[in-house]
Amino acid sequence: METLTKTNRRDFLKLGLTASGGLMLGFNWSNASAFEAVSDSEIAAGLVDFNSYLSISSDDVITIFSPNPELGQNIKTSFPMIVAEELDADWKKVKVVQANLDKKYERQLTGGSGAIPHSWARLRKAGATARQMLVEAAAKRWNVSADKLKTDTGYVIHPDGRKLTYGELASEAGALPVPTDVKLKDKKDFKIIGQAIHNVDNLEMVTGKPLYGLDFYREGMLFAMIQRPASFGMKIKSVDDAGAKAMPGIVDVVTFKNNVAVVGKSTWEVNKARKALKVEYEKDGEIESTSDHDRIFKELLTSKDATVRRKDGDVDSAFKSAAIVISREYQCPFLSHSPMEPMNFFAHVRPDGVELVGPSQTPDMARNATATLLGIAPDKITLELTRLGGGFGRRLKADYVLEAAELSSIIKAPVKVTWTREDDMMGGSYRPAVRYKFDAALDAKGNLVGYKLRGAGINAGNSTREDNFPSGAVDNLLIDSVEHKSPITTGAWRAPITNFLAFAEQAFLDEVALAAKKDPVQFRLELLEKAKKTPSGEIKYDIDRMIGVINLAVEKSGWGKKKNLAQGFSVYFSHRSYVAQVAEIEMKGGNPVLKKMYAAADCGVVVNLSGARQQVMGGMVDGLGHALYGQITFKDGAAEQKNFNNYRLIRLKEVPEVEVHFMNNGIDPTGLGEPALPPTGGAVANAFFKATGKRLYNQPFMKQEEMKGVTLGEKM
Amino acid sequence: MATYSINVNGETRKVDVLADTPLLWVLRDTLGLVGTKYGCGIAQCGACTVHMNGNAVRSCSLPISSIGDKKITTIEGLSEKGDHPVQLAWQEIDVPQCGYCQAGQIMSAAALLAKNPTPTEEQIGTAMNGNICRCGTYHRIKEAIVVASGKK
Repeated sequence: METLTKTNRRDFLKLGLTASGGLMLGFNWSNASAFEAVSDSEIAAGLVDFNSYLSISSDDVITIFSPNPELGQNIKTSFPMIVAEELDADWKKVKVVQANLDKKYERQLTGGSGAIPHSWARLRKAGATARQMLVEAAAKRWNVSADKLKTDTGYVIHPDGRKLTYGELASEAGALPVPTDVKLKDKKDFKIIGQAIHNVDNLEMVTGKPLYGLDFYREGMLFAMIQRPASFGMKIKSVDDAGAKAMPGIVDVVTFKNNVAVVGKSTWEVNKARKALKVEYEKDGEIESTSDHDRIFKELLTSKDATVRRKDGDVDSAFKSAAIVISREYQCPFLSHSPMEPMNFFAHVRPDGVELVGPSQTPDMARNATATLLGIAPDKITLELTRLGGGFGRRLKADYVLEAAELSSIIKAPVKVTWTREDDMMGGSYRPAVRYKFDAALDAKGNLVGYKLRGAGINAGNSTREDNFPSGAVDNLLIDSVEHKSPITTGAWRAPITNFLAFAEQAFLDEVALAAKKDPVQFRLELLEKAKKTPSGEIKYDIDRMIGVINLAVEKSGWGKKKNLAQGFSVYFSHRSYVAQVAEIEMKGGNPVLKKMYAAADCGVVVNLSGARQQVMGGMVDGLGHALYGQITFKDGAAEQKNFNNYRLIRLKEVPEVEVHFMNNGIDPTGLGEPALPPTGGAVANAFFKATGKRLYNQPFMKQEEMKGVTLGEKM
Repeated sequence: MATYSINVNGETRKVDVLADTPLLWVLRDTLGLVGTKYGCGIAQCGACTVHMNGNAVRSCSLPISSIGDKKITTIEGLSEKGDHPVQLAWQEIDVPQCGYCQAGQIMSAAALLAKNPTPTEEQIGTAMNGNICRCGTYHRIKEAIVVASGKK
């Protein structure tokens, strides 16, 4: 048993009675460590200093609030599972409620695969504390020592077999002092964690209930669409809105900043009227096309002004004395996030406060930015979180929240701003375009003695992950990056930077292994062994966890043992987790067919087996689809892909079979929303080489010369 | 503006909208049936799929003036309690991630199974290829359709 004794007066938990006479336990999600009783009236009056809570009603309903935005990563199911586990609750009696934005929550955001890792300990403590109080209440009632009692699935059980439900004990438990010693379960005793628990919103989703921002409707609200400049680097010169204003259903046309907002009574009417706007634009910055970027990238890859990110040993000497030097370049296009639910937000700016409703990955940031924009205090703004119809990083930004708030403040009315798919795809915040140059130096025995990586990006910040493998395994290493600042807006896109870097690196290492005359898996394992025995510089990944997933993928895929299949290998550490993948291609009548992929993932404890499998399979489908098809190009500052007719997303027929395995090694959870995506492109490219002898260097794969006449699927 | 009488989920509904208003926006904005989703507006993603006389159609590209007396079924009308075999299978297999596309996926799958109760993998692929799932739940969509085909 793990025991918690730490007390911190500032981050305390509070306890009180719910209106129905049950136990209500509030806890600070960042540091749930000590408790303090509060009265029902304090809770009702909103005076309680807590961040989230679970309540147990006398009729045995356990309500657990989930504070983080749900966008498909299944947090709304997984968070409460952790609380319910330590509470030893009956999952069937748990009711999950999405919490709205509350400044008392810690890290109420979705990004960086961080929700479970950051909340694991505090969620467990919260459940365990409530459990202990229920046990003590039963001990009092039965006049026995608490350590004689057990709990099981929502009951406290007496040694003689008598039992009481949590609901029966809730109000008595609420009157007890809060324990300072909280015992957590041994992980081997988990009953809920690790199970395949179904998504708590399934019924609502399959019956079409209003869950998403776009479904939100308020009596009397207006509908709006906004015309933004189609080209990055342009601004409004003049607006003729007379035609639009005369259209049916139009209430107003408002110009602010670079926006012309058409406000009306229905989505279709504003969409139609927007087409009647006559807006002239003028140059306001660089107007860039993809052909400009090609030139800029060439300069960046040889630029002397790069920022050194990591330097170990003496690369110049290593390359001078090398037996073999391999140099390769990789190209990565801009991508659109394209969550299926386009951007939208509801705002009602009133004199006494602001109401915001919609989908956001970062509700706290959105509220603060709105407060700054409107010049009011953040506590005057409420933000109701809807379910998000996908995010992929796009809804980390608050641009679409701010424009709704600003529009509402101008028209002094409740309004929902909806983006069309075209607005969404042309409106920016793309995955940055990046290019890499890798150089490897091998000695005569095939040892990797020198390694260089130059990352060049357009609004990409640091386009490298300098401390990832193979850093630490190579004595002489130089990693640097250089950036071009563009008016084209970019942002975090699921597995930022690593979503492409992993492909480039893993494809490169495959080539280096071949040059070293080594099996690609053996080559990586030797490097990891070297990093373990004689590390170069600091090592910021867990070597054993990486070896673990490599070995598991090798075992499950039968690596190297399949005669008629071309296998490609890839392994990557991103965020805090490790995933190895094997792709299998079969040649059928000269056409390479991607038949199957294997994944071996180490995300520590698997909280929800069903959700975890979803994240791995979905991440791989996402990684594969974008590696094959994804590309935004620019002509005179405007995106050339405007909708799904020419921005290809992967479809059902194109997904290979996927087999997922977890290490499930008892390590506290390390996150899974992103880590399965980065390795996919590399595994597929390496299998493609094995099958065809052709290397893929650039994405999207399907646009490359090497893919001419290739479908990767069965030819029908 | 013009008045149209349309049959949605077994009820006759009168709406007063522009003649070119797509059925999608009549359902969502006028009738409050928001289960049918907007995804692309050009019949490329399938999020807006409904049934018209039993056939899966993209409501974003069907003007209200073209509906006439054809029977429209939306996700809300597929079953009374969410117990259509496809809806049950979707829950059993735990298909959704973000869930936004799933109403459209379910409507496409239900139309397929109504015509072809035991589709082959190839037939499933063809029927479902017009529905994009950005989260990549395709494996479970396929699995759920197979499960649903056994529930008839």
